[in-house]
Parts: sequence; C-alpha cells; structure tokens
Amino acid sequence: MRLNHLLGLEGISREVVTEILDLAESFLEVLERPIPKVPSLRGVTVANLFYENSTRTRFSFELAEKRLSADTINFSQSGTSVAKGETLLDTVRNLEAMKIDAVVIRHSASGTPHFLAERIESAVINAGDGQHEHPTQGLLDMMTLRRKLGRLEGLKVVILGDVGHSRVARSNIHGLRAMGAEVVVCAPATLMPREVESLGVQVVYNLDEALKWCDVVNVLRLQIERQKTGEIPSLREYNRVFGLTRARLETLDHEIVVMHPGPMNRGVEIDSDVADGPFSVILNQVTHGVAIRMAVLYLISGRERFVE
Amino acid sequence: MSSGKVSPPKGWRSVEASSLVIKGARLVDPANGLDHTTDITVENGLITSIGEAPAGFKGEIIAGSGWVVTPGFFDLHVHLREPGYEHKETVQTGCLAAAAGGFTGIACMPNTNPAIDNPGLVDFVRGQADGYPVEVHPIAATTKGRKGETLTEMSELMSVGVRAFSDDGSPVASADVMRRALEYAGMLGAVVIEHCEEPSLTAGGIMHEGADSTRLGLVGWPSIGEEIALQRNIFLAQFTGGRLHAAHVSTAHGVEMIREAKKRGIDVTAEATPHHLSLDCSLLSSYSADFKVNPPLRENKDIEALIKGLADGTIDCIATDHAPHQEDEKEVELAAAPFGMLGLETAFAVVYTHLVKQHRLSFDRLVDAFAIQPRKIMRLPQAEIVVGSPANLTILSLTESWTVDRESMNSKSKNTPFHGWELTGCAMGVVNQGICWVREKI
Repeated sequence: MRLNHLLGLEGISREVVTEILDLAESFLEVLERPIPKVPSLRGVTVANLFYENSTRTRFSFELAEKRLSADTINFSQSGTSVAKGETLLDTVRNLEAMKIDAVVIRHSASGTPHFLAERIESAVINAGDGQHEHPTQGLLDMMTLRRKLGRLEGLKVVILGDVGHSRVARSNIHGLRAMGAEVVVCAPATLMPREVESLGVQVVYNLDEALKWCDVVNVLRLQIERQKTGEIPSLREYNRVFGLTRARLETLDHEIVVMHPGPMNRGVEIDSDVADGPFSVILNQVTHGVAIRMAVLYLISGRERFVE
Repeated sequence: MSSGKVSPPKGWRSVEASSLVIKGARLVDPANGLDHTTDITVENGLITSIGEAPAGFKGEIIAGSGWVVTPGFFDLHVHLREPGYEHKETVQTGCLAAAAGGFTGIACMPNTNPAIDNPGLVDFVRGQADGYPVEVHPIAATTKGRKGETLTEMSELMSVGVRAFSDDGSPVASADVMRRALEYAGMLGAVVIEHCEEPSLTAGGIMHEGADSTRLGLVGWPSIGEEIALQRNIFLAQFTGGRLHAAHVSTAHGVEMIREAKKRGIDVTAEATPHHLSLDCSLLSSYSADFKVNPPLRENKDIEALIKGLADGTIDCIATDHAPHQEDEKEVELAAAPFGMLGLETAFAVVYTHLVKQHRLSFDRLVDAFAIQPRKIMRLPQAEIVVGSPANLTILSLTESWTVDRESMNSKSKNTPFHGWELTGCAMGVVNQGICWVREKI
C-alpha cells in the first residue's frame, strides 16, 4: 500500500487503518532495538512546518523521521504567515524548490493541509489542523487501545471534553467508527458542536452515566481560554461536572482505560491520581505516537519494505 | 471626467447606436405586458418604434432572431472596490463585467477606502463610468466612515443622486443607530440597505454552522446570527416607518420573517444572490476560499425556501453581491481568506439554468427580479420597452451553452464559485446611454 497524503481519518477504510497499525507494530519493535534506527527513508527529505506551538507532536514526528534515516528540516512560527508578509503557499513552494519530498504541517486554520495538498507536489501529512483533524493522534490512540484491549471492534469509547474545538475528537471519531467501535461524546453543551450526531456518535451530558457505559475514556485537553470566551463558568465548575476524578472511577464496577492526548491540565479535565493511576495509558500513547508516525511516513514515501 | 476611448468586454464589439434596429427578437417586458417577437428601433438613445422596422432603414441592423430583448438588468449590490482597492476591481472593470453579464445599471457599495460617505466620492465613482453603457449608482454609507456611529449627511448625498444608504460589509451593530438611520433616511424617502448580522453571534465564523461545519472543524456562522439582526431591523422599520431593504437573505427562516413583515404592511424589501440560490455549504469541504462568502452558503432547505420566496415575490429581486478579491488574497488558508464571490458575469446564466430551466421560476419573474424590482427599490426610473422611452435594454440568449472559466472574466478578479460549470443562457448585448455593445458573434 502507498498513501499519497494523510490529511484526515474521515472516510478511511478499516483495511487502511489495520495496515498502518500493523506496520506501526513492527516499527515499535525497531524502537526497542539497541540501535533504534533503520535506513528506510534514506535520501528522503521531510519538512516539518509547525505554524502552531507543539512540543509532543513536533518531537514525535522528528524522532520518527530520524529513526527512519530521513533528512529533516524544521520551521516553527506561530500565527499566520500572511502577517509576516509571505503566504503559506509561497513558503512551501520555496521549500519545494529546494527539493523536499514530504511536508508535515501543523496549522491553526482548519483545512490547511487539504489546501496545500491540492497545490503542491510533495506529500502532505496533517499534524493537526485547527479544530478539524489530527489523524496521527487518532491512529496512535487506536494502536494503544488495540494493544491494551486486543481489539477495536465493539469497543465503547467516551470522548470527554471540548469536542467542539478538538481535532483529536474528530480523528478519533472517524477512526474508531471505521473500526467498528461505538463512540459517545460527553461535554458541556457549550462545547458540543452542532449536529455532532451526524458524525455517528451519541451525546451524553452526564459523565457518570457515560463512564458506566464505556470501556475507554479519552479525555480532551480543555483550553483554559474557554473560560474567558464564556463557554464554561469556571475551571472549578468544569472539574466538578466534567473532570475525570478518582472518586468517579471508584464508583464504577469495572475497569476502564484512561487516555489523554496531552498536554494535560492536571486538576481541570483530569486529576493527577487518575492520570498517573493504574488505568492510565497516557505515556504508552506517546511511545506509540513515534511508531505510528514512522508507519505513516514510510507508507507515504512509497519505499520498499525494509523488514522481511 | 471622460475616460477616453472605452473598449467593450472581451469578445464583444461596439455598435453604432445612433440609429439601430434589432430585427426579429423576442421582446419581453412583463411590466408592460409585452412578450412579442418583432423589431425594435432605437434612435438617438430612444426607442422610436416597436414593430416591423421601416423599409429602407439606413442605420445599423442587428439580426435578433433567436435572442430575447428585455428591459436592462440592474444589480443593486455590487462591490466596485474603487477607491482604495483597485487591485481587486475598478469602476471600469466592474462595468465591463456588468455589461458582459447583461447589466445596464449597478449600484455599488460604499465599503471602499475611504468609504463613500460624501458627495465628492459619489461624483468620482459615478464619473468613472462615463462612456459605458452601464449606469453606476453609488450607494452612500449609512454612517460616517461606516463606523456605525454618526449618520452621513444623507440629504446632501441625495442631492447628488444617492438613492440608498448602506454600511454593507458590516452591519449597523447598534439598534439605536439603525433606528435613527431608518427614521432619517425614511424622512427623505431613501432606503436603508442592511447587511443583517449580529456580530456577537458570528465572531470568527467562516461557514454556516451545522453538520458540515462540525465535520470540517470550521467556526460556525449560524443562521440565527442573520435572523436576529433581520428581525431586529424589521421591528425597527415597523416602529419608525422607514424603508428597509434586506441584503442577501440566506436563510429559510429569514424568508419567512420577510413574508410575515410584508403581510403586516411593513416597508421591507429583500434580495437573494445567485450563489445563495444555487450553492450549499457542503462545498466548503474543499476548503477553497472561492466558497467563503458572507453570509455563508447554507443548506438545501434554505436554498429551497429562497427559491420559493423569489418565485412568490417575498424576495423582491436578485442581486449579486459581486465581491472581487485578488487571487493571492484568496489563495491562502481558509481562515485567512476574505469573504466574497464574483457574481456579475454568471448571475443571469446561473438563475436561468438552475431556476427557470428547472421550472422553479418563470422567465417573466426572472426579468422582473433582474430589471424591474431593483429599480423600484432604488426609486429610479424604470427601463421600459415602450416607444418614446430611453433605450435601456438587455439582449439575451436562452440557448447558448457555455462553461464558466475563471481565467476569462472581465472582472479584474477570478474568484467565481462557478468555475467549470456548464450553464445555459447568456447576455448577448446591452443598450444604454446611447451606447450599444454586443457579442462579436452577433
């Protein structure tokens, strides 16, 4: 299989997800080796364009590229390029003129990777676009769940928090639905996007009810500025109504897997004793992120398989 | 202010109009109960005969067989961008686009830089169209500098020919200022054209809020953001007795509110754009800024309601909201792109192809909505196909098929949402102000 771009998980097939996850498993094995590096992408040049702050995702992509022996160039700038006097398209076309093969882009404007993919020659990997999608996060979350629970089909997953502004939510919803999981979204009504049911999910406003039902809860980061924009009354109230606390988990008669894409606001959407507790797979997610990004880069570069 | 030699649009030619016959065309003027195939003679800018042209006629003869001649089309919502944004459009390129689309008159919005809020600028803009068969009627700003605070000197502006006021591009946010505008303009008999938008509900909005905005992760610009402002303005028109014209109505509920207001005798009129009558918000899936417009493209149910409202007269007229933007301003990430679409050169063909040919709108009503109602709202003399009237005519083909090509626009900009569309019908010529332009194939 070869991927032209990875723009999002909307419309992705079960077969493609399965192939990416399977390939990521073999890369995970590479990461365990004493010298965790393979020559698969030697001679391939990847430009990492981060138009929005990111630590985890930027390092994860860069590490994945280096583990595959790709050459990497990095560009970080917050805000729009327009403000700096050069359009995004001009910036990328200049990079292309220096002969690059793939662009990894994070941008605050939804749809930016799609916009670029229509207009440039290089492969485009979406590292998070606005409130739209974060496909590699969706894939690494699915990899984590498949490793932990052995399957995705039929899993009951709650996505908890700021669904409206979350690209992680959308990619998880599309990916999990493609794999046959059931998804419930749980958030304050002010952070629930309109007609969210059209994405194939159910809405539950009562967190305890949602937790009783689920096998997995994926807790989204709450942007602290939601307080200023009037979408939540206070962080304290948010924690009281939608925070994942140990007390809530202790009322359940079954174990659930706790995920968070990071960075966490401890004491807001998730309490420390839950984040660091026995049900948490949050650091596994980060490890799997490197393997998933290696798999995606590999499939996009279209190289021969390195492992027999 | 004469602009020297004026060239017609691409693929068009100028015809000597001092003595002219259009032979054997179908003449349609619903206001005068006319729908008849015969000759029409124009001499020195006036219609001098309707019926078989005199034998031995010595002037220009246009073979009109197969064409339809209607009163000249008028677009009361155009952005000509001059002064200040001449890289997007000028009065003159806008007039070429208008003529190519069959319009003999346009009203241009004052969201220029500086805003058209004084008589000098009104004269300047109008003068740029000298020598064109397209009349340009500047709409002056409702408030000074379009800041939404102090009314413009409306009486003085009307003394230089202004017929309507608008802060279009932005709404008049303050209900009190809008009240005063309707009172004062109403006293003078002028209409206030309002872009209905409640800014606190639409901040950051990029597209219609619904299932598609949720899926695409784009900030919603909800229907209610338009409807609350529209209802407020209807209430203010009722309270003040002023004249309100609602620009580019885009929602089903908005159509219903206007229908109710008219029933109650409130002096409100409304327009719909060809793009809101034919395009829905799922097109934003491409993230192309050619589909980013304010108010945004909405849902099929809204399109249906607009078409019904246009057919039954609730929506009085069609206006394009022609909003040129340079290509590199639009070729950016969607959130950074400006709102707006071209409209002049595709308006008739889009409405004819998608509404009239689909039996959703009668051809008479199309002519009424493109030619007659806009002038009525502006309180301008009607363009009529009557002997003795000024010759102000649009010549149409109802059979020509063509493909919209963003590269071949007469507008200075290319931001049409209809690129690549196969359409039927187009303007073949315009006659106005003693000038006649026709397509070269005539």
